[in-house]
Amino acid sequence: MTAAVPVARSRGARTAERGTDRAARPGVVWVLPAVFFFALFAGLPLVLVAVLSFTSWNGLGTPTFNGLDNWSRLLSDSSVLESLRISAVLTVLCWAVQTPLALLLGVWAAGRQRNRAVLSSIFFLPLLMSTAAIAITWLTLLDPNFGLAARFGHYIGFPDGNIIGSPRGALACVVVVVTWQFVPFHTLLYQAAARQVPRSLYDAATVDGAGRVRQFRHVTLPQLRNTIVTSSVLMLVGSLTYFETVLILTQGGPGTATTILPQKMYISAFRDYQMGYASVIALALVALGTALSLLIVRFSGFAKMRSTLEGM
Amino acid sequence: MGEKPLSRRTFLSAAGIAGLSAPLLAACGTSGPGGGDAKGGGKTLQAWVLVDQAQNRVQQGAITDFNKTGASKVKLLPISSDGAAYTDKLRVSMGSPNPPDLLFNWGSGSIRNYVQTGGLMDLGPKLSADTAWKNSFLPSVLDAGKIDGKYYGIPMRGMQPVILFYNKTLFAEQGQKPPATFDDLLKLVDYFKSKNIQPFALGGLDQWPNLMWLEYLVERTGGPSVFENIAAGKPGAWQDPTITTALQQIRDLVDRGAFGTNFNSVNYVKDGAGLLFAKGKAAMHLMGTWEVSNQVDRHKSFAAKDLSFAPFPSVAGGKGDPNAVVGNPTNYFSVSTKSADKDSAVEFLKKEMSSAAYVDALIKTGDVPAVAGIEGKLGASPQPDFARYVYQMVQKAPSFTLSWDQALPSQFKTPLLANLQSVFTKKKSPEQFVTAMESVK
Repeated sequence: MTAAVPVARSRGARTAERGTDRAARPGVVWVLPAVFFFALFAGLPLVLVAVLSFTSWNGLGTPTFNGLDNWSRLLSDSSVLESLRISAVLTVLCWAVQTPLALLLGVWAAGRQRNRAVLSSIFFLPLLMSTAAIAITWLTLLDPNFGLAARFGHYIGFPDGNIIGSPRGALACVVVVVTWQFVPFHTLLYQAAARQVPRSLYDAATVDGAGRVRQFRHVTLPQLRNTIVTSSVLMLVGSLTYFETVLILTQGGPGTATTILPQKMYISAFRDYQMGYASVIALALVALGTALSLLIVRFSGFAKMRSTLEGM
Repeated sequence: MGEKPLSRRTFLSAAGIAGLSAPLLAACGTSGPGGGDAKGGGKTLQAWVLVDQAQNRVQQGAITDFNKTGASKVKLLPISSDGAAYTDKLRVSMGSPNPPDLLFNWGSGSIRNYVQTGGLMDLGPKLSADTAWKNSFLPSVLDAGKIDGKYYGIPMRGMQPVILFYNKTLFAEQGQKPPATFDDLLKLVDYFKSKNIQPFALGGLDQWPNLMWLEYLVERTGGPSVFENIAAGKPGAWQDPTITTALQQIRDLVDRGAFGTNFNSVNYVKDGAGLLFAKGKAAMHLMGTWEVSNQVDRHKSFAAKDLSFAPFPSVAGGKGDPNAVVGNPTNYFSVSTKSADKDSAVEFLKKEMSSAAYVDALIKTGDVPAVAGIEGKLGASPQPDFARYVYQMVQKAPSFTLSWDQALPSQFKTPLLANLQSVFTKKKSPEQFVTAMESVK
């Protein structure tokens, strides 16, 4: 009898807790607008694209079903494999270049140095510009006879300024432009996260005799782990959609040196007018993006969202 | 908490797609022809054109004139200044139940799909019924707009053949003459190279300027039939030895330094190649007639004092007529079969497209209309000599081959330009080009 009382009480307490929980978050209803939007603008088109992937359609008239033709073509199309390879290279390069830059800039911008605010706002400027405008500006800068490429090309191994016209140079140009455009955004993420690191950790580290570099390695970096994962997911999945930059800057060239998978999809749909085949590539991109983000989330422990402040 | 990243992604993609779709949806709402209720006229016909201030003024002039008396009214809708964007929007609209009544186009490949799906009106019977109207256009240009032997377009702009432009001041200083034969051209390349002047400007980054070289070299060596076979989709047509010979000539030009070393980074659209030519750093430039208006806009004194023009040289032993031209014959107006008042649309084209007022207005913008018997009027052009030159060039041309990227079915365009660029940059051999083009399906 005596033992039953606390059990009952605790059960009652739990029910009450759940009750308040429900009152504060009416679950399903709150999600409805987002679900509606998702269903209408992402779910439905996705289903339609899946249907289109089994058809032959040039954008006019009615699509005709052609079974698995598009899918078997995807598997035997060496140019898709090549585009996939270029996408992978671009993704890895963009991640490898952007992450250290954004991390260092973000941690620096979180400090309280002189001129920090002014310099930070200058760094953030590219974030305000449209991708198309950025790409067009860089295109002019990269002119080998009259642009910056003519003046500085020979310092970086392109004596005649032929950077954007060479396969490796063109890929590097895309990486540089994407980096220039997106580093400010990731810097912002790191700046906010670095501001959250408790002062006391640095004070303790200072007492233990850690210098700046060791403080960065052993305090800042571990504290920023979740931000690094977030930023990386955004970069990696985002890199599957770096489309405008490539379209305007290189048009996938020279030859097919920068034809990434989204560009390949665009060409299939709006240059070749093979909507069915483009749908297959689009679905492959969806699968790839989903798999990539699930993988990162799984192996980084991001799903558990363990706070870096545990035990503080 | 596990779902959090998912719902965030959901939100982002939903927001993104909503953002993308909004203009599309809006376009659907406005793109249809405006309805009218009276029967037999009284409709509003939409005419889609490319955005171009000078041209749009001329087109509006024709429309205003027509609307004074026409049963239905025509309304001009300038859609986009970018050809590719215009093509995309037109495609979406033509696939919808409300296509434009009159549509600006490049003929051939740009409208072939619309013809195949019954979207465009066959204008042949109307032209045959009114031979005076038919004969008012230059036949080679009117015929270049034919698809499967039928007429679907009426010429509505100037002619745009590809021309060999050269810097006459530079040529005079160096005591050189424009090339009459391909061997002359090679000698000129070596000569200018030795003087540290780039022989030809070439906007290789944009890819399509490369194509002009292949088009002319194939035309001069093998005549128009080589490409006619390719365009007709005859099996093995790309394997014609003329193609490999022309590609070999291109490689020879590249090896001799005809285009400099960095041509593949030079753009045409943002004035990269044009500036090179205007500054006297390049002696010649193979380009469409629009090069003149670009140079007048961007480098006035060069256009006035130095810019001159010549035909593409002949090739020794070639089967092609040295008078034949390649390029864009002109732009056309086509009539949609879904138009609410097709008769008025045709009436508009009949009354206005070869009218004296329209021709005069076109000439004043620098265009050379594809209308017969207008030699006397060309003096009113801002570049009268050039206008007369282009007019005579097209008039005496036995054939006018449409730019290959326009003439071929759409799925050939990207591989054609990409593979040709690879030949220019020596990433592919002529034989690999042929194999790659044969495998396009």
